[in-house]
Amino acid sequence: MKTGARILVEGLQREGVETIFGYPGGVVLPIYDELYDSSLRHILVRHEQAAAHAADGFARASGRVGVCLATSGPGACNLVTGIATAYMDSVPIVAITGQVPTSLLGNDAFQESDITGITLPITKHNYLVKRTEDLGHVLREAFYIAGTGRKGPVLIDLPKDVSTKPIEYEFPEAEPVTLRGYQPTIRGHAKQIDKAIELIFESERPLIYAGGGVISSDASAELLALVETLGIPVTTTLMGLGAVPCDHPLNLGMLGMHGTRSANYAVTESDLLIAIGARFDDRVTGKLDTFASQAKIIHIDIDPAEIGKNKKVDIPIVGDTKSVLQDMLVKIQKKKAYDMWLSRIRGWKEKHPLSYRRDGVLRPQFIVEQLSELLKGEGIIVSEVGQNQMWTAQYFCFRKPRTWITSGGLGTMGYGFPAAMGAHFARPDQVVFDIAGDGSFQMNIQELSTVATNNIPVKVAILNNRFLGMVRQWQELFHDRRYSFTELPPVDFVKVANAYGVDGIKVESVDDVVPALKAAIETDGPFVLDFRVEREENVFPMVPAGAAINEMIGGNYE
Amino acid sequence: MKAHTLSVLVENKAGVLSRVSGLFSRRGFNIESLAVGTCEEPGTSRITIVCIGDDAQIEQVMKQLNKLIDVIKVSDITENERVERELALIKVSADPGSGRAEVMQLATIFRAQIIDVGTRTVTLSVAGDTEKIDALEKLLRQYGVKELIRTGKIAMLRGAKTVKSAK
Repeated sequence: MKTGARILVEGLQREGVETIFGYPGGVVLPIYDELYDSSLRHILVRHEQAAAHAADGFARASGRVGVCLATSGPGACNLVTGIATAYMDSVPIVAITGQVPTSLLGNDAFQESDITGITLPITKHNYLVKRTEDLGHVLREAFYIAGTGRKGPVLIDLPKDVSTKPIEYEFPEAEPVTLRGYQPTIRGHAKQIDKAIELIFESERPLIYAGGGVISSDASAELLALVETLGIPVTTTLMGLGAVPCDHPLNLGMLGMHGTRSANYAVTESDLLIAIGARFDDRVTGKLDTFASQAKIIHIDIDPAEIGKNKKVDIPIVGDTKSVLQDMLVKIQKKKAYDMWLSRIRGWKEKHPLSYRRDGVLRPQFIVEQLSELLKGEGIIVSEVGQNQMWTAQYFCFRKPRTWITSGGLGTMGYGFPAAMGAHFARPDQVVFDIAGDGSFQMNIQELSTVATNNIPVKVAILNNRFLGMVRQWQELFHDRRYSFTELPPVDFVKVANAYGVDGIKVESVDDVVPALKAAIETDGPFVLDFRVEREENVFPMVPAGAAINEMIGGNYE
Repeated sequence: MKAHTLSVLVENKAGVLSRVSGLFSRRGFNIESLAVGTCEEPGTSRITIVCIGDDAQIEQVMKQLNKLIDVIKVSDITENERVERELALIKVSADPGSGRAEVMQLATIFRAQIIDVGTRTVTLSVAGDTEKIDALEKLLRQYGVKELIRTGKIAMLRGAKTVKSAK
């Protein structure tokens, strides 16, 4: 006989899960009792939101499904931001929540919340399991749905009586899950691929626009092969950073609101935009009708609903990025010289490199740049959200996929630190940095306790400007410097870290940056770096909201 | 902008209707009418949705519906030859001697059925396409409609074709 809780734990292990992130509570007591002497590693977080972000960080760093666990009601509700974050960035996680017993469902029982109802719009799918007999099967489906097609979060809600009831149960032999309402298209349509190749050779100014879909389908090698075979320049979205090495001569860097001028100018002048695993998000396109307005568009995406959602597409190709690019590469036999176009792009790159003032003042860009040089493309870089995120995207040279982890779609402050914990369990061989702001870090600062207790060697580099920097920047530029509720009081983060048992250093001058970063890297355990940076530094260049992406402001420093 | 009739085959599972209707409100699509019930295939239901939008919006509606795991198939049958029916129950004021006979006459003309007769009211049941029910409703208004309930529209292709076989 097996209880539902036993089936759950065994089922997770059958799915290859080794680590889960969670927080106990009333209705998950049976599950926690099962975990007590299980070989499944459970990391106790200090807030359920961190469990969801840690599962998400694990998934992004590993390419596998991350798992988090919370109790009913408030526990489940605290997962919501983390689930929504994963949903917006198509990250595969399975969230397991306890629920009040089926006999009390709908009764406003203690710690009851309708979590399947609440998460309906932010999960790829969710389940309320009412019979223990269904649990094993539901678990398999959940992992299958989360980790295939356009990936995403799946939630399983488990009433207490379902997890306590003992039943006769044997796991079925692993046969593929079949769902008649869910059959993602993997292979791209051959004729569409032919047409796309034809269009590429007809074009004079082609540009590849690659997004997070390239990372999530592990298609970076194929993308690089395509770029080099065709000799076509490439720009990536925030989510696509690392798909192509940052210093590759054909890489223009990030496009969009805080993208490079060369990338945004190239989009504007291109006559063929090849979108690969990207979704024409408003932070990328700026004013939609001027975005790539001279270009025909090829759009490769696994999700048919993304094609034509924001921008009319000439050649849609629905399929898994990796598979479609492989098929394309086989069919491309010749090469065309786009010399004029490439020299125009080189001109922009030379004229408009990313730049900031190098005047001896401790500026955040410098810190990111130094870290990038120290790590030489190794390590996993996680960010919070806001200026810290954009500076990292601009100044850290990403060379490999899954080494850059950030909340792009939802823009969740407080994401980075717990996601970095998850990334560590995915890649314990790598040094993991969370580039933070003082605002974001304080949104999940309680996880200092988790990293201290478990000796999770995450390094937090706080770009401490005592402002909610990005909002302040907008107030400076668009609200007449009226800094309404964006100034934060000074916090001594080293003392806070010490209080939790974590080491740290405060850094106030340019000269101390590299030694401090080295000290953090060389420390075996977690470490906090409190960089007191220039307070009113801005992220430039910038496309003001609603403007065309070639109408950029700022960022030309000699 | 025009009305489209979508026929949606879904798994007959708890919550499927809120998944479908939630999608419409969340993404700002308008539902004109919705009817749901079991169908020929065990374990499934068919939802017939009439919604208004331009071609791009309808395409987006269909793609988003298709993404729901419990949705098996979505078909836009607006351009197909089809039969459609709505059902309405209409309770009309009909005091004996004042219009009751006329109401009953209208029922005959519209092939509506009298399903209940009270001392001061007559209740009609009428099935047909939207225009027919609109017409009857308009005529009955002059006698005093006390209550009117309409179902959503259901639709089926003409001839041997089925929604499942059609493209």
